[in-house]
Amino acid sequence: MAGKIDNALRLTAVDAAAARLGLRAGKALADARAMIPDLAVTGADEAADMKLLEAAADWCERYTPLVALDFPHGLLLDITGTAHLFGGETAMLKEIRRAIVSQGFALQLALAGTAQAARALAQYARAAIVAPGREAEAVAPLPAEALNTEPHIIHALKRAGLKTIGQVAARGRHELAARFGGDFVSVLDRTLGRKAVPIMPRTPLPDLMAERRFAEPVVTEPVIAETLLSLGKTLASILESRGAGARILEASFFRSDGQMRRIAIETGQPSRDPAIFARLFRERLAALADPLDPGFGFDLIRLSACLAQPMRAQSASLDANSADAEIALLIDKLAARFGSHRVMRFQPQDTHIPEAASVAVPAQHCEASGPAWPKHRAPDEAPLRPLRLFAKAEPVEMLAQVPDGQPLRFRWRRALHHVTKAEGPERIAMEWWRHQEPQPSRDYYRVEDEAGRRFWLYRDGIQGREAAHPRWYVHGLFA
Amino acid sequence: MPRAGALKGYCTRVLGDPGAGLRAPFGHAPADACLGGGLRLAALHEVFASPGSEGAAAGFALALAARARGAGKWLLWVRQDFSALENGEIHASGLAEFAIDPGRMLLVRVPDVLGALRAGAESLACKGAGAVIIEAWGRSGVLDLAASRRLTLAAQQHGVTPIVLRSGADLEPSAAETRWLVRSAPSSGGADWGMPAFDAALVRNRHGACGRWLMEWDCNDGSFRPAHSRALAAMPSDRPSAPAVEGLRQAG
Repeated sequence: MAGKIDNALRLTAVDAAAARLGLRAGKALADARAMIPDLAVTGADEAADMKLLEAAADWCERYTPLVALDFPHGLLLDITGTAHLFGGETAMLKEIRRAIVSQGFALQLALAGTAQAARALAQYARAAIVAPGREAEAVAPLPAEALNTEPHIIHALKRAGLKTIGQVAARGRHELAARFGGDFVSVLDRTLGRKAVPIMPRTPLPDLMAERRFAEPVVTEPVIAETLLSLGKTLASILESRGAGARILEASFFRSDGQMRRIAIETGQPSRDPAIFARLFRERLAALADPLDPGFGFDLIRLSACLAQPMRAQSASLDANSADAEIALLIDKLAARFGSHRVMRFQPQDTHIPEAASVAVPAQHCEASGPAWPKHRAPDEAPLRPLRLFAKAEPVEMLAQVPDGQPLRFRWRRALHHVTKAEGPERIAMEWWRHQEPQPSRDYYRVEDEAGRRFWLYRDGIQGREAAHPRWYVHGLFA
Repeated sequence: MPRAGALKGYCTRVLGDPGAGLRAPFGHAPADACLGGGLRLAALHEVFASPGSEGAAAGFALALAARARGAGKWLLWVRQDFSALENGEIHASGLAEFAIDPGRMLLVRVPDVLGALRAGAESLACKGAGAVIIEAWGRSGVLDLAASRRLTLAAQQHGVTPIVLRSGADLEPSAAETRWLVRSAPSSGGADWGMPAFDAALVRNRHGACGRWLMEWDCNDGSFRPAHSRALAAMPSDRPSAPAVEGLRQAG
């Protein structure tokens, strides 16, 4: 495989046969071609590598939720407290090796007290498991490169005759810190297992999770639904003991052949009713554009509460206003099926710009009772605001207007409209503090044509002052 | 006649007892008289927009929903995305001006008619909803007789009133209780801009006569009232409408 490094085509990866012929990653492609004229080369695709690594990381989440990427070829797993689920560390490593090799990957695996020690061992030693506290011993014979620090430091170490980590570690810390900086010493400490720094997981750790493993992978829908329900019950009991409810739940489906799929649901209010969870997941799964494909079956299903919030004691007030409670359930259900951005409520905004005065916001993220709606019209007056507003005002061709600016005849969507009644103008100035450039004021007219159709037209800019020939737009339709 | 009896039983079960059920009065006396007291609740109603009168039809459907909703209940509006492009987004400030509280209204945007039916059926099953507007644009094979029967059943079962609002569509057969063909009408008030006015033709009424009225929506108290405008003189408001409209009823 070859790719561009420092503006030159170089080998980025070699297979076993090429390695036997003496090729190494980093060699210029021209040199490699000179050595082996019929070398088979394919272009490197970093994005695809990244994607593959991500997929592998997804898959590895079955062993622990704490998985970090170590680009370009590595994964770091923090298995603190999970090894016993797989029958101990030795058995777990064996299982991981078996599973990954069976998918056709080559693998170097190591387990140590710190991520850096494990990485050094995996890359340079192929050692399997280091007993707690023995990291320094295990990494001592490794070459200095195994420190995975900046190339110029490695180079300097080697020039100083420090070829192995053991030799580096034997020097005084002050000496090393003075020569290479404090960062280098902490890298060394971590590699020697003296100081542990937690890995940075790819996905935030869920607040709570429950999972079930299957000796025999499950395929059928009822079993999956039943599993989600019982995991939901487990989560609900934990949530209850904490006085919390879940807002976002994520189900992870691990396929035995290595694929992994995440499905999330969201509720408007914290909830811990397993029946509601199950129903929302049913809606979500039924509405997936790309349905959940069990392939040869799922061998692990995990349910995580990604966001748990304290539940207020609100059952009493819910009873008092059961319509709102029912609507909240409906909102969650519709959001699970259609997406939360498709179930909206309206909220008034403190502005007089028509298109900004009321916004539709996802109902799940909306306050139960918002501020009051401003009334524009006086009693007995007809509505001043249209029922429908175009997201983007549509230009109209104004064919005639009286001298003071009232529209008389206009063409919109190829139809001609004779204005019989016009009320206006209602001048709305743009909010100057929001825009860099001054925006023209709009003069709004409510007009009715001969058939009783009612439009909300505006002239963009004050004639003569802000624009020589202001354009006209239809912004909304009245009933 | 056991089969006829069974059929009658089925009809009663499916279509309900003729004339029974709660009704929401329009506040417009001739229309209320024709409908036996008002708009039947927990039954399917259809509002078709005459070409060019989409705004008026939406207002009429909204007004029906406001009458049918009931105190404390929510109003749901299920809209096809294309409707928003064609006829504009719902403007909540305008709803507030129309005597409808936007704070107790839910907007569900769906990609297609099938989604609208699904969301509509889901909403009809919700006890917190009072009325559900299902807005679909254009001709669609999906909103057929069977779909309207399903909506009718769901409405009867849960006591929620569905109102199907259609623009750019043909009058197709359906199981709806009433069907309205709505045009905009010049507002009353002389040269002034008056309250919203509708030329509403009741072209199908499952349990009564049809008719055509000029109605005005009173935005102060949220009810209909007869409109008095210049166009009124040309139109009979007290007897069934023109034969052309009758023909449409036969098609239904």
